Amino acid sequence: MSVTINIKNLVKTYEKVEALKGTSLQVKPNELFGFIGPDGAGKTTLFRILTSLLLADSGTVTIDQWDVVKDYKKIRKITGYMPGRFSLYMDLTVEENLQFYARLFGTSIKQNYDLIEDVYEQIAPFKHRRAGALSGGMKQKLALSCALIHKPRLLILDEPTTGVDAVSRKEFWELLKKMQKKQMTILVSTPYMDEAALCDRVALMQSGKILSLDTPQQIVDDFKGNLLSVKTQNMYPLLKDLSAFEEGIQVYRFGDTLHLVSHYSPEKTKSDLTEYMTGKGYKDISIEPVTPVIEDCFLALMNNTTDA
Amino acid sequence: MWAFIKKEFLYIFRDYRTMIILFGMPLAQIILFGFAITNDINNAHIAILDNSKDVVTREITRKLLSSHYFILDRYLKTDKEIKPAFQKGEIKEVVVFQKDFAQKIKTEGIAHVQLILDASDPNTANILNSYTEGIINTYVLHKLAGEGGIPLKVNIQSTMLYNKELKSVFMFVPGIITVILMLVSAMMTSITIVREKELGTMEALLVSPVKPNIIILGKVVPYVVLSFVNLAIILLLSQFVFGMPIRGSVLLLLAESLLFLIMSLSLGILISTVSKTQQQAMMLSMFALMLPTILLSGFIFPIENMPVVLQLLSDIMPGKWFIIIIKNIMLKGLGITYFWKETLIIFFMTLLLVVMSIKKFKIRLE
Repeated sequence: MSVTINIKNLVKTYEKVEALKGTSLQVKPNELFGFIGPDGAGKTTLFRILTSLLLADSGTVTIDQWDVVKDYKKIRKITGYMPGRFSLYMDLTVEENLQFYARLFGTSIKQNYDLIEDVYEQIAPFKHRRAGALSGGMKQKLALSCALIHKPRLLILDEPTTGVDAVSRKEFWELLKKMQKKQMTILVSTPYMDEAALCDRVALMQSGKILSLDTPQQIVDDFKGNLLSVKTQNMYPLLKDLSAFEEGIQVYRFGDTLHLVSHYSPEKTKSDLTEYMTGKGYKDISIEPVTPVIEDCFLALMNNTTDA
Repeated sequence: MWAFIKKEFLYIFRDYRTMIILFGMPLAQIILFGFAITNDINNAHIAILDNSKDVVTREITRKLLSSHYFILDRYLKTDKEIKPAFQKGEIKEVVVFQKDFAQKIKTEGIAHVQLILDASDPNTANILNSYTEGIINTYVLHKLAGEGGIPLKVNIQSTMLYNKELKSVFMFVPGIITVILMLVSAMMTSITIVREKELGTMEALLVSPVKPNIIILGKVVPYVVLSFVNLAIILLLSQFVFGMPIRGSVLLLLAESLLFLIMSLSLGILISTVSKTQQQAMMLSMFALMLPTILLSGFIFPIENMPVVLQLLSDIMPGKWFIIIIKNIMLKGLGITYFWKETLIIFFMTLLLVVMSIKKFKIRLE
């Protein structure tokens, strides 16, 4: 039931900006595939080309055997799309919104209720409330219900968790996992690195390029170098000082600490660094080796590309 | 399709601002135009230069002044006083009687009255001119009829037949109907379509398998219905508050309105395809549609008084033709045979716009 997606050499240029610079990838049936990247990475553009809303300058996309340009009518039938901007009618109630989208696809709420049940029962208590009066998390759940109402075989979600609180984000991802079991290929984009670990495979994107594409575990395993977390009493000038510590060193903020990638062993770096920092007058120095997470991988990859 | 219409109606009724614009505006406009902005003229100051000072001129003067339209500001003695009199700005009109007026009527059967008007306000001048001519002609007619002569200037009577007192409501109602229909349909449709673009719901609609013309139709039908309700309100108001008659066929009036509506709606769709934000759509409909319709359609300013370039420009204003049609139906009670040309013009404009707007409507985002 679920679909295979084949993307080849996709290029899309807006007036001056190159949004996609020859993107290629495959998505397997029934996969929960994540696109991770900062704003402007080209995620939304890619999704709009996939949903036939935009035409690419060059390159091809096929969803199963259908070409996204020629067979756009077929594709529009089997795709559930949740745009990044909140795409509901604010002045209609929750129920009316859902009904409208059901009718749009020539179906009814009853017909496919089993599919949206998990999502909809969470917002059902508010079904007579206007969509505009819902909280961010509720809105996204309603939008998801609307995207699911016609039993799509391909579900495309553009930053569904942006602007949503941590608890709702977690609930939302649990829902996606449940949907995946119902024979759907799911594409989801997010700027939040921590959500990457929840996908089957992820593509790390930046300025229209895919930096890395693999399972979250593999991406972490591929991390090169040794990662250290540095903390001290005076963090402000530290970033500048550490950048000057070693040739080609990578330093970046990570929460309230700095992360540092070194090519030498953790022990050697730690002792060298302690000496260097004490010399600069820092106190309360704490340097710990840490295991990298997706965000470290992404930041490291990003720095590599900007250097090159 | 029904889902669209239902949604659109729910949306309109929930959004009280839209409701106010939709129904408040026609009411406000017709009351404003009907009562406040009146072109009826009372107590206009005039001066009289009587070179004859005989029985006839005095009688005409008395007739002019006994109508409530004119107030005598002063008598002038020579031609030279005319210019300064106008320059002072209080006088709107000078009536000049020829020398030996009564004598000439008797011997030659014709005498001349010169009307000099302050045309810096062309409408007022026009109306005052008509008033004066009317009064003088009535007098001449009666006088000659009494003496068994042949009436000379019957033709003037016919120009004022449909609006004897030049009641401005009669002039404004057709104009208001035109502007309201145009504005409600074009502006509201363009705004609602662009609103869907702005909110991102258009993205969701386009991704669905629904055909674009169904999307458009779903947008258009509610506004046709609402515009018809508006039309009914305006017609009822003008009939019962201002006593404006509908002398011709109501059915024909509604049919012509429907044609005009469809034209405005396709204009609205066209506007929506070129504007990105609601403000843009609103400004476009305001400046591209409403102002030209008000200014160039003969609604307020008579087209005959315009420079040739503007007259030509007014020919492409659908509003101009529609106003002619409504006036013919409502005031003159004429049938389609008298204005099939105008109808045909609107029909072709409609056809052109419908084709253009369907072609321009995009199935994708850019």
